[in-house]
Amino acid sequence: MKKRLTLAALAIVAAFTAPAAMAEGSAADGIAQYRAMLAEGNPSELWELAGEDIWKEKRGPKQASLEQCDLGKGPGVVKGASAALPRYFKDTGRVQDLESRLMSCMETLQGIAPENFVKGKWGKGEMEKMEQIVAYVVGQSRDMKVNVDMSAPQMKKMYALGKEAFFYRAGPMDFACATCHGQDDKRIRLQDLPNLTKHEGAAAGWGSWPAYRVSNGQFWTMQHRLNDCYRQQRFPEPIYGSDVTIALSVYMAKTANGGTVMTPGIKR
Amino acid sequence: MGNPMRIRAAEKDGVTEVKVLMNHEMETGQRKDSSGNLIPAHFISELTAKHGDKVVLQAEFGPSVSKNPFLSFKFKGGAKGDKVVVSWIDNKGDTRSDEATIG
Repeated sequence: MKKRLTLAALAIVAAFTAPAAMAEGSAADGIAQYRAMLAEGNPSELWELAGEDIWKEKRGPKQASLEQCDLGKGPGVVKGASAALPRYFKDTGRVQDLESRLMSCMETLQGIAPENFVKGKWGKGEMEKMEQIVAYVVGQSRDMKVNVDMSAPQMKKMYALGKEAFFYRAGPMDFACATCHGQDDKRIRLQDLPNLTKHEGAAAGWGSWPAYRVSNGQFWTMQHRLNDCYRQQRFPEPIYGSDVTIALSVYMAKTANGGTVMTPGIKR
Repeated sequence: MGNPMRIRAAEKDGVTEVKVLMNHEMETGQRKDSSGNLIPAHFISELTAKHGDKVVLQAEFGPSVSKNPFLSFKFKGGAKGDKVVVSWIDNKGDTRSDEATIG
């Protein structure tokens, strides 16, 4: 092997064979093909690896790990936990999604203040660690079924709020989530937009976030995803872990119930 | 010391397929940060894959390779249980080496 290969060039050739095949199918087929090529080397795994270590690491002013954190399946149980979130937690008296629950755990067990996240920047400091933990936790529900328990009255209330928020039109463009995600076969540029009001669409959307975004090399949690939806609607971005974001998650998760968890996903 | 890689190696009909996911910024040196300063280039410059003592792949990487690169290649002669070692060095002299057992 004296002759060295310039692998960069090879990689570029490989990356451009997908669009060539696109001519035969629709643009969506091309994107699906592109995703399949990327899925093998989903960099989310790197976040998962880091997250598992952070989960077990003694951190914060109280020097504790998250191994006693109850994500709804008992203290320390991670397997299948995120497939059943959001849910109503008796100890906090709130419906919580994964991230708000982790925020509670970090506050009570480790003494890490919620301000680190509420006022934090995506991908920086504690927020980066949150993203890594999220990747680890959602990876432990991969290939399971979305199974959100709606029996608590608090969940029903959150669902109703989420539905209202989903259809709530406002902002300078008079947009609602439903403007883009309320009908079949909508798209933004070449991206198909899932119809989140129906089971198939909600399963595709809810089931594949959090995800790694190839275009910017970032790992996005569901909270980050929702905030960006609001940004695109020209709304003020919601507060991290606030009720409206959890309500929207409940609305999507309930509609997606029974769908397959594909997290952490990979996106263009 | 760089961040860990994820390596998978599987042998089938005498051919071993190795898949490597590297954790690296791969900064091109062309981008600017929010205050307009150039972000210095930081990328993997050389990668070597060994099966036992034998080099099975040697590659020069450059700034055009994406962040968190994924590399897949095949070689003949690997057997189940053998070790594959992948190591890289970047333009700042940082290195990382990880190994996987062929399954």
